Formats: sequence, structure tokens, C-alpha cells
Amino acid sequence: MRDVAVIGVGETEFGELWDRSFRDLGIEAGLKAIQDAKLRSEDIDAVYIGNMSAGKFIDQEHVSALVADYSGLADMHLPTVRVEGGGACGAIALLQARLAIASGMHDIVVVGGAEKMTDVGEVQAAEILSSTADQEWESVFGATFAGLYAMMARRHMHEFGTTREQMAAVAVKNHKNGALNPEAQFQKEITIDAVLQAPWVAEPLGLFDCAPLSDGAAAVVLCEAQRARKFSDTPIRIAGSGQASDFLALHDRRDLTTLDATVIAGKRAFHEAKMMPKDVQVAEVHDNFTISEILAIEDLRFIEKGKGGPATAEGLTALNGKISVNTSGGLKARGQPVGATGVAQAVEIVRQLRGEAGKRQVVGARHGLTHTLGGTGATAVVHLFERGD
Amino acid sequence: MTLAIPRFWREIQSRYNLIGTKCGSCGKVDFPPRAVCPVCGRKSIGKMQRFQLGGKGSVVTYTVIHDAPAQFEMQKPYVMAIIEMDEGVRLTSQLIDVKPEDVRIGMKVQASFRKLGQEGDAGVIHYGYKFRPAG
Ligand SMILES: [Zn+2]
Repeated sequence: MRDVAVIGVGETEFGELWDRSFRDLGIEAGLKAIQDAKLRSEDIDAVYIGNMSAGKFIDQEHVSALVADYSGLADMHLPTVRVEGGGACGAIALLQARLAIASGMHDIVVVGGAEKMTDVGEVQAAEILSSTADQEWESVFGATFAGLYAMMARRHMHEFGTTREQMAAVAVKNHKNGALNPEAQFQKEITIDAVLQAPWVAEPLGLFDCAPLSDGAAAVVLCEAQRARKFSDTPIRIAGSGQASDFLALHDRRDLTTLDATVIAGKRAFHEAKMMPKDVQVAEVHDNFTISEILAIEDLRFIEKGKGGPATAEGLTALNGKISVNTSGGLKARGQPVGATGVAQAVEIVRQLRGEAGKRQVVGARHGLTHTLGGTGATAVVHLFERGD
Repeated sequence: MTLAIPRFWREIQSRYNLIGTKCGSCGKVDFPPRAVCPVCGRKSIGKMQRFQLGGKGSVVTYTVIHDAPAQFEMQKPYVMAIIEMDEGVRLTSQLIDVKPEDVRIGMKVQASFRKLGQEGDAGVIHYGYKFRPAG
């Protein structure tokens, strides 16, 4: 396999962007990444797009060709691929693009992720999100997406004594980071009390335990590592990638307080990269709910199982803590345009490793990780990144 | 999301009568029915037998849903739980005839045949299992 590096990144602002269409967002992110890599359009070999559900959100399928077309690439007749995999689709697109370059088939691939979620109402958007759970054996009985994560939270509280305050500490930390990110949907700090007093969504999760509905897009340019120096002074190498799946329905899983797909995807990525969790300084993990970040830092072996709540409350995962988690603000504060998630996480890690993260820069960041979930954890993807120098 | 009528009808056996499968190779019970045993894999093909659950189990975890899909709007807040059946298999169901504050992990429950939901204002009514405290 050939080595692959990131040579360009770009993203839109995230939020409820009612004046911006799916096309506008996809194009903006893509062009920014191409510009960042100083590419000419004839350098590009293929376009990969992570998108969860444009068919349901905007009634438009075939968004791979659409994004290439509106980015001015129609005349190039490039191969375009749209990847679906629930919330993990952007991270899977990145993995597939990496493989396409590693195999020798392509040299330079643009990977985009985009979702336009606010053209439908909130109730409908929540229902679309829950279609990544088991429609026939969870949703039809009344289990919502938040409700399924709430059941993991309840069980984690039962087994390990995790508290609502500790979960709230995830939201408070991520809002604090988001306040330092000019692209974030929420750039305002919140308090533990505000999280605890927010209305219930699915007990024990309240409104501020949940990531928002968002519009947004992100893109990265991948290049075969030998050529990467031609385009970038600080190419960021993809050192390892792992993907894993699990039972679709939460109730069929081995354990309700461990996402085995995360554990296995993490092991695969660390194994390939010949790295250990302690080698990572900065991680973007899938905090679609506060409990999700607690599970992720445990399942990725940054924190001992069951201690994710206290570790967060004690600040171990804060900016420049033991490991800096979700410096972008995470899905919670940066926003959650689903298809963009995995790619936006990669954008943040690349910025951190280049030393371009501004006020939220992690000091001495050399190795970074992204972790992305599909559904309630039936898919997990982990990527490890390192500075090339 | 509402499910189209044939999509619901196909699962009626399982949703009305708690019909799952038992692996003829290792004896593991699955619900809903599976064509391949997750433990035995290929060895189990053709050996999965129809198996009816007894309807009794206990609560493994639960939540009280306040933000509900349109179809369940009238029922909120309502309790959802993951239930471990006495046969060992788990499923997701609504808990009824109990106040949300009285639900506990480990609580014994039993299946009850109820209306699950309705498509639109005058649409088809779906039936299936819900669970209530074991009496
Ligand atoms: Zn078996």
C-alpha cells in the first residue's frame, strides 16, 4: 500500500443556514480545500462524497455527480462516489478515498462531506436520524435516536455511577472549545446548571446533552505521500485507519456500555499506525450525545472503562489536558451536519497538526485521531493522523 | 417514520406472537427470527427453528421519551426499555401501566398485546407487543 497524506482542507460555517443550499455548501467546502492544496482542477483524479440522507432531507439523490458538477468539474468527467453509512459516511468516504490512492488507482482525490438538515422540520429531521437505527425492531415501537443513546447513558450510570453532572461536563467543555472556533454553530460557553435544567429529550438526556441539527460541509484533499510535498509544506500523513460494524439494533449488542465497533476500529487503526492511545495528543470523537463522548474516550482506551465521566469532570479531556478531545467544539458545539462530520473531524485534526488551530491550538500536537459513529454504534471508523516531518 | 402496510404485515407473526428462532446447532434463541445464527454462522443455515418466546423478562435499561416522533406524539412522555427475556434474548419495547418514576433496572415485566401506532389520522392501526410490570 502507498502512503497517503492530506494536502488541503476546507469547511463552511456550520449552523442553521437557511439562505444556503446543499449545492452552495458542498461547493464552498470543496473549493476551499482545493485552494488550500493549491491544486488545478486537472490534478484531481476522483471525488468521494459522504452524505447520509440527501434523499430524505432535500429530496435529491446522486449528490456525488451533483457536487462535482457544481464545483466546475463536470467537463473533467471524473469518477464520483457517494458513500452512505449513517453518521459515519464522511469517515468511510475518507477511508475509501485513502484506499483508492494507496492501491495506485488514483493519486489525488477530493473527499467531501455535506448535509443540509434544516430544510425539513425538527420532528422530521429527528425521524430521519433515527432511520440509522433498526426501523423494524426499534423505531416502530417508539424508540427515538436520542432514546437509544439515553438507554446507554442510563446503563452507564447504573454500572459505573456516572452522573448527569459528569455528562453535562462534556457539553460544557465542548461549548468552551466551540467558543474558540469561528466556524462553530455555537460559539458561546454554557454552564453545568444550564445543561441540567434544560428540558428533557429522553431521560437522562436533556436538550443540551444532544448535538444540534445543522447545515454544513467539509472537504479534504488526499494525495499520494511522495507527491504531497509538491503541494504542501506540512502534509499530514494518514498513519492508520480502522472500520468495524456491529449488530444494527442496540439491544442485540454484547454490552450496552461499550461500543465494540469503536473498540475494534480503534485497535485496527492503532495496529496499522504502530501507535498507542498515549501517543495521541488531540482527538475528535463522535459526541452526538454527551454520553457518546464518554463511551468513545473509554472505548478508544484514552481513559479506563467506567471512568470517562469523572475524567471529563476533572478536565483530563479539556484543551491541553491529558488528551485534548473535540477541540473544534465537536458535534455538540461545532455542529452536526451528519454527512460532513467525519470529514470535518479530519479538517480539525489536520489544522491542529499543522499548528493552524489558532486560540484552540493544542501545544505540541503531533498525532491526532478521528472517531466517527454510524447509527447507535453499528458502524465505527477511526483514523490516525501524523505530521509528516 | 411510518412503515408501508406490507412492510408491517410481513412482521406480524413476530410482533403479535413473539415468534423468534432457536438455533438447531447451539440452542441460542434469537428474536426477531434470523436465517443465520450469529454464534454458529454457516453451520446454522437450515437449522434455525421457529421458537415462541414466553413473554416474560426484566428491564436492562430504560428511558422516558419526551421528544417523540409524530406518530407517538399523543403518548408522550412514555417509557421505552430494553428487556432481557427469560430465554436470554433482548428486545426494545414500550413499558406501560407503570409511572416513569417507578421503573427500575431489573424490574420483572411481561408482554402484552396492544396498539403500537397509527398511520396518519385515519390510517392503518399497527398492533404488537408492549410490556407491563409482571403481576
Ligand atoms: Zn447457533
